[in-house]
Amino acid sequence: MTDNDSKPMSFTQLTAAEIVRKIHAKEFTAEAVTMAYLDRIRLLDLQIHAFNEVFADRALEQAKAVDARLARGETVGPLAGVPVAVKDNLLIRGEHCTCSSKILQNFVATYDATVIQKLREAGAVFIGHTNLDEFAMGSSTENSALQVTRNPWDLTRIPGGSSGGSAAAVAARMAPLALGSDTGGSIRQPAALCSVLGFKPTYGRVSRFGLIAFASSLDQIGPFATNAEDGALLLRVIAGHDEQDSTVVHRPVPDYNVSIQKDVKGLRVGLPKEYFIDGMDKEVDAAVRQAVKELEGLGVTVKEISLPHTEACLAVYYILAPSEASANLSRFDGVRYGYRTPSSNNLLELYEKSRGEGFGPEVKRRIMLGTYALSAGYYDAYYAKAQKVRTLIKQDFDKVFEQVDVIVTPTSPTPAFKIGEKTADPLQMYLSDIFTISCNLAGLPGLSIPCGFTQAKLPVGLQFLGRPFEEEILLRLAHHFERVTDWHKRVPPVSTVAGQIHQEEGSATAPRA
Amino acid sequence: MTAKITKEDVEHVARLARLALTEEEKERYTAQLESILEYIGQLNQLDTKDVPPTTHVLPLRNVWREDQTDPERFGDRRAILKNAPEAEGPLFKVKKVIE
Repeated sequence: MTDNDSKPMSFTQLTAAEIVRKIHAKEFTAEAVTMAYLDRIRLLDLQIHAFNEVFADRALEQAKAVDARLARGETVGPLAGVPVAVKDNLLIRGEHCTCSSKILQNFVATYDATVIQKLREAGAVFIGHTNLDEFAMGSSTENSALQVTRNPWDLTRIPGGSSGGSAAAVAARMAPLALGSDTGGSIRQPAALCSVLGFKPTYGRVSRFGLIAFASSLDQIGPFATNAEDGALLLRVIAGHDEQDSTVVHRPVPDYNVSIQKDVKGLRVGLPKEYFIDGMDKEVDAAVRQAVKELEGLGVTVKEISLPHTEACLAVYYILAPSEASANLSRFDGVRYGYRTPSSNNLLELYEKSRGEGFGPEVKRRIMLGTYALSAGYYDAYYAKAQKVRTLIKQDFDKVFEQVDVIVTPTSPTPAFKIGEKTADPLQMYLSDIFTISCNLAGLPGLSIPCGFTQAKLPVGLQFLGRPFEEEILLRLAHHFERVTDWHKRVPPVSTVAGQIHQEEGSATAPRA
Repeated sequence: MTAKITKEDVEHVARLARLALTEEEKERYTAQLESILEYIGQLNQLDTKDVPPTTHVLPLRNVWREDQTDPERFGDRRAILKNAPEAEGPLFKVKKVIE
């Protein structure tokens, strides 16, 4: 499934780092690159449905602006000319931002999210908004009120969620980079299911200003990429202090691309026994254990560790996240923006019907769960209790990180499941997050990289968890793992349908058809 | 605490959350919420007597700024009102708030 090396290299086979270098060197134009990706989207997305909206003209304008600056001898940013797909819960001024919900279907953003502003300054090209589970609530992207995204590796299966659109877009090479958001695994799990790199930075590393909030103490924006070098490039651009977000830390952003080249010999890896359970998919288990052997080959030491409160994580998350969501989503009331019911007789009905008609079932379920957990009489038993257990979970990690530098686990207990397979029972769906949730609760950085495939050719992901603000170490380990394996180079079979298109690209001045 | 959610509980919570639900939704959510809350109830088995709560993983300090708008960065009134379901002049139009 690797691309044929004898074909001329097409733009959509390049990494983001290569695109930046070659545009800088004027080997080809930013416009040609963006056109190639738009063509690829036009061909592939009919089958994959990753994009809620493609920003065709605006993207070309941005690309041409990069070319114009280069022609004038001006400096351009570190991501100049690179197309980036953006999860449809991040505000881009002038563009719709729907959160894949009926309640925001026609909403147009009036300002840029901070990460978007940073990407603009870096010269990136926004190629489109990608599909997600409604308001980022879900693990399969099936909760989207707009459309169902398919896993590029098997179109009858889900891409994971909630950032399924972004993961699928990068997996199918419809964009070299994408942004997602991760509250309980929403970047890492779809990355694993789609065979791409997905990274949730430490809580407080990246500004959440302009990310439509789900759970404010858990949400983080992060990169999707096809390799660690590209992930590092994107992370460096979006990370950093922001006055608009009081939860972002004042810490300098390291040069991740320099840092990933450092050696990993002597790094101490821990495998938590609670993450290698009996019920787990045997092929996932086998792929992960094989990957651990590769890590040992790199000179890291591996030992078994314990995170005793692991089993409580899901329960804690499904109290805290819905509680925070019930507060964050109260702003969608039909008053200042969004869907307003056409049939209300008074203000109360306006609120109740707008929200009842505008929100999908999973969103309503979580709002109610959260409202219940916070309501008088139940607050102590649920919300306050969950906050205390959150402390115990964090303490587990603090203890373990005295003995190891990186924790390695499978990202998802199973490979991608079939569309519709888990929609009947919400709890079944929630279990998809068991390995990813702890990291959001403890505020740690977490990364997923491809580490193999099942017999059915479905991707398996490997997860690295690190100490707060040690993104460098996770990226470094990922980078070295990529050097001795080639999982990250595999492309899904659906891409070869687009094989024809590769022949027509390649010329720096390819005319617009 | 074992969760025994009744339809009345669901109606009460829906009212607090300002959500209009159909009868079918009330039935469905009652069953689903009960099953989720039962799963969550496992937390009661953990001893948290002397454990402080974690509201945020980082120590937070309040951040102050001048009370000034910045329409260029954050959008002007016209753009904001374009999203309004109903507007009149520079104002959002809503149902009567005071009887």
